[in-house]
Amino acid sequence: MQKVILALLCLSAVVSAQAPDRTHPPQSGPPPTLKLPAIQKRSLSNRLPVWIVERHEVPVVHVNLVVLSGTGDDPQGKFGIANLTAALLTEGAGSRSALEIADAVDFLGADLVTNSTSDASAVRLNVPVARLAAALPIMADVALRPTFPAAELDRQKVERLTDVIQARDDPAAIDQLGYARVVFGTTHRYGTALMGAAKTISAFTVDDVRAFYRSAYQPGNAALIVVGDVTPDRVMTLLETNFGKWQAGAASQRQTFTAPALPSERQIYIIDKPGAPQSQVRIGWAGVPRSTPDYFPITVMNTVLGGAFSSRLNLNLREKHGYTYGAQSQFDMRLSAGPFVAAAGIQTDKTADALKEFFVELNGILQPVPAEELARAKHYVSLRYPLGFETTGDIAARLEQALVYHLPDDYFSTYVQRIEAVTAAEVQRVAQKYIVPNKFAVVIAGDRAAIEPGIRALNLGPIKIMTVDDVFGPAPAMPR
Amino acid sequence: MKLATLVTCVALAAASSAIAQTAPTKLELPYTQFTLPNGLTVILHEDHSVPLVSTNMWYHVGSAREKPGRTGFAHLFEHLMFMGSGHVKPGEFDDWLEGAGGTNNGSTENDRTNYFINVPSNAIELALFLESDRMGYLLESMTPKTVDAQRDVVKNERRQSFENRPYGQAELLLSELLYPENHPYHWPVIGYMPDLTAASYEDVVEFNKKYYAPSNASLVVAGDINPAAARKLVEKWFGDIKPGPGPEPMTIPGVALTGVTKKTVTDKVQLPRIYLAWLTPRHFEPGDAALDMVADALAGGKNSRLYKRLVYDMQIAQDVQAYQASQQLSSYFVIQATARPGHTADELMKVIDEEIVKLQTTTPDAHETERSINTIEASFFKRMEQTGGFGGKADQLNAYYTATGDPDYFNEDLARYRAMSPSDVRAAAVKYLPRDKRVELTVVPEGAK
Repeated sequence: MQKVILALLCLSAVVSAQAPDRTHPPQSGPPPTLKLPAIQKRSLSNRLPVWIVERHEVPVVHVNLVVLSGTGDDPQGKFGIANLTAALLTEGAGSRSALEIADAVDFLGADLVTNSTSDASAVRLNVPVARLAAALPIMADVALRPTFPAAELDRQKVERLTDVIQARDDPAAIDQLGYARVVFGTTHRYGTALMGAAKTISAFTVDDVRAFYRSAYQPGNAALIVVGDVTPDRVMTLLETNFGKWQAGAASQRQTFTAPALPSERQIYIIDKPGAPQSQVRIGWAGVPRSTPDYFPITVMNTVLGGAFSSRLNLNLREKHGYTYGAQSQFDMRLSAGPFVAAAGIQTDKTADALKEFFVELNGILQPVPAEELARAKHYVSLRYPLGFETTGDIAARLEQALVYHLPDDYFSTYVQRIEAVTAAEVQRVAQKYIVPNKFAVVIAGDRAAIEPGIRALNLGPIKIMTVDDVFGPAPAMPR
Repeated sequence: MKLATLVTCVALAAASSAIAQTAPTKLELPYTQFTLPNGLTVILHEDHSVPLVSTNMWYHVGSAREKPGRTGFAHLFEHLMFMGSGHVKPGEFDDWLEGAGGTNNGSTENDRTNYFINVPSNAIELALFLESDRMGYLLESMTPKTVDAQRDVVKNERRQSFENRPYGQAELLLSELLYPENHPYHWPVIGYMPDLTAASYEDVVEFNKKYYAPSNASLVVAGDINPAAARKLVEKWFGDIKPGPGPEPMTIPGVALTGVTKKTVTDKVQLPRIYLAWLTPRHFEPGDAALDMVADALAGGKNSRLYKRLVYDMQIAQDVQAYQASQQLSSYFVIQATARPGHTADELMKVIDEEIVKLQTTTPDAHETERSINTIEASFFKRMEQTGGFGGKADQLNAYYTATGDPDYFNEDLARYRAMSPSDVRAAAVKYLPRDKRVELTVVPEGAK
């Protein structure tokens, strides 16, 4: 061993004597291709679909029950019920109380998390595989046999109302919801927080929760996703035991929404936060649904604009001007058109200067993107795509997307080529279609007295002043 | 000057299915380690699950090395490391990496600054070129203008992450209250605004020469690599970097709390919050792991003592957290809780103290301690999945190497927890959470007093 070490030492001494050529960056070889994890699609005797991907590197497994109803399926007047229902699943199920569920799950070293977002609800189990058989019955209780105790509902309601109070203190949270409220309004589901507004939260009853649960949590409206150190036959036996007797009820219909029409002119909204050292800025309007045929050109276009570190918005607002710690843009694609937003936290005394630069970039993206910049954006998206299948959690998340948005079977395997196939003309077409700087809403949470004169001087459009109550509704009255 | 080359060539028996499913399982990450003649320690780890290579560089310098009047400088310097170097013009670092499908970032703490680059495996050499160029040739492209630009960015990071965030100011205060002014943990990593304003180009030159020498760094290259080929590439790109003097050893003032330090601050928030904090044993010292167990007993999960009392039963708190912040020179333990509307920080503190006393006077039952151990053990498994980025395997290998000299310290680390008994947990609460030697920081709503 000693000799080997000395030989290596000599070698390194020889090598280090020659300085490498640093005049050009080293050329990379051909990019690696994605070795797609095989997705085994099966189903239980009650026809509940099961998608399985084996990964044997680490002895852990994810089992996610995905329910194809989310906050987007909340009925009018009941905004927040999907999110509340998901939260209550672990607050009593089968013969166990909330504390007993938590104790059993923690004792197994498992995570059992339930939640509901715009397009789906889920019960997600992540557990060392040696304890999978012990954890699945708890998961099945939580998903199939929740008891919704009234005392836990009351507790959840107070916790949520307190969350609303806390969000009212946070400029980033205020601006985020304020922006959604401006774009989507009070009746469109996307204009209200996932958990709902204080008034609605206060009024929820156990009957509301049970009604939503019955309409959404049905085997015909759900699927199981399994990723990890398992063999399909063995895991199917376990799943059949725990989920196979789940009986179907009436299936619910998904809700979709019409995107709000663009306003006739650009409007500025200021939500006053006296003394704030930064202005939270959000600019845009409703974007596109996940099903848009323009998915790939939009992805490339947004990467140029604000989806990566060396995107235009960040290079301009952060690297060139130092107005912010970071500026981004994003299309939040949901079943219906979610928001497009360009956003940053801007130091208060540079708010107007920064707005000017935001619009330089929003207008600039309407022009043809130079070939080199376009290629870089495409490579950024496509070349790192295979790296996004690393952990069992990564893979499970991608399978959930495929399930919720009905992505075709060849979606993962053709992703890279479809990104690379995007042309400059397509990028310009989608920019001109979806980026409409002169009609976008500009929503700013900041120190009104300090920022309003500068913003007014820019003449971007009419300025409307909003209050925190306009964003969240009246401050919650706490049940005592 | 450390030119005497210490070559350790540790090739552990490869254990691809290192983690068997029998209990207690042994955690192992096979690695190769060597040191370049210029003093750079290199650790290689192979994992072909996805075609990713991650480089992870730790410079063993953080805010603890800052001089008076220049707080926040180590972090400002971190920002400058992305602004180009001798053979990389400003902007090209990110342009080239993103064009290759890569991502990158860095972070600064009290005792170290780390940088990672994740790239598809075909671009390994690009990552090593960029990482080596900024190690060896940073100053060749540095200008006062670059410093000014990132100074503004960092000031905005401070505004965004602390000043414009509820309770952010209190979080900056905690270290000041725990450590005396002459202790290198006294000031926050993000620094004070006037010091950020004062930072100069000359400071950058001095700091770079002092702390960014290869002998004060360690590099992990992990992922879809052939170790022999990766080693050649590391030698190629880092071999020509000149050695520098290592930093002088630090004189660390001994530190202890002698009484209760009380402080009340106001913030633009509606709910009061209490922070209780104690000085505790350093990372991996006796007591450190036991305090992680204490934290879990107090606030890990719904059945933890403080969560159950404050949030679940009494419903006078919105949240409660407890953690042992393990660090190289001195650690601290924090309990924090936010009051529900209509309740006060004092009410919370009273219950917290009752629960601490209970833990100090009655040995927990075996089930509670086993639950904590199981939770911690599972977290070790979950930490084995991601190779690159913050907290990935490469980062963890570097962290263990830095703290213990052994990159693959996973099993030894986990063994600390597996060895814990209920009475160890109680003993740690007795020894390290005295009521009469701690910091009590209260945040009250503006205008409420």
